[in-house]
Amino acid sequence: MTSATARTAGRRRSPTAPPRSFRWARRIFLTALTGFVLLPVYVMLSSSLKPLEDVSGSFHWLPGTLTIRPYLDIWHTVPLARYFGNSLIVAGSATVCSVVIAVFAAYAVSRYRFRGKRVFTVTVLSTQMFPGILFLLPLFLIYVNIGNSTGVALYGSRGGLVLTYLTFSLPFSIWMLTGYFASVPRELDEAAYVDGCGALGALLRVVVPAALPGIVAVAVYAFMTAWGEVLFASVMTNDTTRTLSVGLQGYATQNDVYWNQVMAASLVVSVPVVAGFLLLQRYLVAGLTTGAVK
Amino acid sequence: MRIPAGLRRAGLPYLLLLPALALELLVHLVPMVIGIVMSFKDLTRLHIGDWGTAPWEGLGNYRVTVDFDAPVGATLLHSFLVTCAFSVLSVGLCWLLGTAAALFLQEDFRGRGLLRAVFLTPYALPVYAAVITWAFMFQRDNGLVNHVLHDQLHLTDGRPFWLLGDHSFAALLVVCVWKTWPFAFLVVMAGLQSIPKELYEAAALDGAGMLRQIRRITLPSLRPLNQVLVLVLFLWSFNEFNTPYVLFGKAAPEAADLLSIHIYQSSFVTWNFGTGSAMSVLLLLFLLVVTAGYLLATSRGRKHADD
Repeated sequence: MTSATARTAGRRRSPTAPPRSFRWARRIFLTALTGFVLLPVYVMLSSSLKPLEDVSGSFHWLPGTLTIRPYLDIWHTVPLARYFGNSLIVAGSATVCSVVIAVFAAYAVSRYRFRGKRVFTVTVLSTQMFPGILFLLPLFLIYVNIGNSTGVALYGSRGGLVLTYLTFSLPFSIWMLTGYFASVPRELDEAAYVDGCGALGALLRVVVPAALPGIVAVAVYAFMTAWGEVLFASVMTNDTTRTLSVGLQGYATQNDVYWNQVMAASLVVSVPVVAGFLLLQRYLVAGLTTGAVK
Repeated sequence: MRIPAGLRRAGLPYLLLLPALALELLVHLVPMVIGIVMSFKDLTRLHIGDWGTAPWEGLGNYRVTVDFDAPVGATLLHSFLVTCAFSVLSVGLCWLLGTAAALFLQEDFRGRGLLRAVFLTPYALPVYAAVITWAFMFQRDNGLVNHVLHDQLHLTDGRPFWLLGDHSFAALLVVCVWKTWPFAFLVVMAGLQSIPKELYEAAALDGAGMLRQIRRITLPSLRPLNQVLVLVLFLWSFNEFNTPYVLFGKAAPEAADLLSIHIYQSSFVTWNFGTGSAMSVLLLLFLLVVTAGYLLATSRGRKHADD
């Protein structure tokens, strides 16, 4: 490219367009990062299509023979379908409850002045710093005691796990939604009041729709938190309520590790979540209120 | 600011907060108090069925825990130092990768949407599925890492163990950074959206270059966000349990013996819940002090910068 055409090209670009060196740095950095990020995904995919001999010997980048056998075997080695159902129920319920509760709490924090607001936000956020290990055993004992005295089975049940998981995502959800709600102009609320809505009406009809990207983001976060948790799932579930996070270790704790099956099962339990996540991720960073009031 | 009369109903905010508050009390605060009480008790397998009747131990559990000359205290101190090093490195790398990636993707170009989706994949993958895959990659005889380092690049003399011994720290760090940096990326990316484009245009017209714009506009605008992001990343990595648990199994190698795993071991493997609770309480106290100090320091810094 001659300097003259470069200059015209430069003039056509916006004044904030980056210099060429920046674009090269960007290319190199992003390529390296993509490799790092996708490496395990490639290993998962390629190894899940290999026969057991291939994954037991030295690693090879390309499968010698392709087989779908692991995908058929995974359902028999451990009761994967049941774990899958349990995880769906637990993570789904925890997400719905967590989002609804966080929306209410965040609305209160972002729209009202009230006594104890600071104490509330600090307390809730500070639960993030609690080591899970500190309240694992006490919580376990509380659930057992509630079960003994009221007959509500929390220990070993999906309900107990839902209850636990939704509080894990609550603090961050409340904090994030408070920020999103604060960025929704109050004029919108006031317009809703003029139209005869109450506070809840304004929240549901105006604030929630305007903050939808934020709410989707929070829901995704809550789902991932519940879907991936290992510590409480390993202590609080029994054979019938076991979730994927514990169940998947069934392949790995055998005397022979069926690595091809482990990879196939990992892929199978990941695909729905990753697909759903990638479909929704555009909401995550979508511009929020710009345009809502213009 | 004018607030309509209907908004002033004093009870409503509390009502809205009630579910969140009740649940946090049930699952976090009450168990935490019980955990603190337990740390003063001699709670072993004998008493766990009816922990209320376990004999009081006073500060005995703490005395054992912080006696750094005895084995229990010495291993705890080691685990604490490992966790500190791990957290600092993990937070730094996650923040750096996340911020750099978000800045590089700030301007629109072909394939940007795709890259964004790709970068978020580790975050979307269930922890155990991803970590099991890493565990496979780190296998000594049939893993990818040794295949590349030893068979293809000939960098190592023999095939090193990655999930045992000293290398396990690096393995754990790589996996945790891989898994966590997309979160920083996501948060910074969202933060970048809220910076008005006019600021950059004005700066560009004034002749400010790319780096100068990042230093003078982007980073200061992200400051409040970063304050919380770094704190959250730190607390997460300091309490990290899932990754080492899946990567190493129940017994983590000494070099990667994070506190949560260490306490889990002390509690559930040796069935000594009293000392386990005492360790948890000390961990909590440490995190409280660090958090308070951090918030104090960064908030003061921000006020100063605003002057």
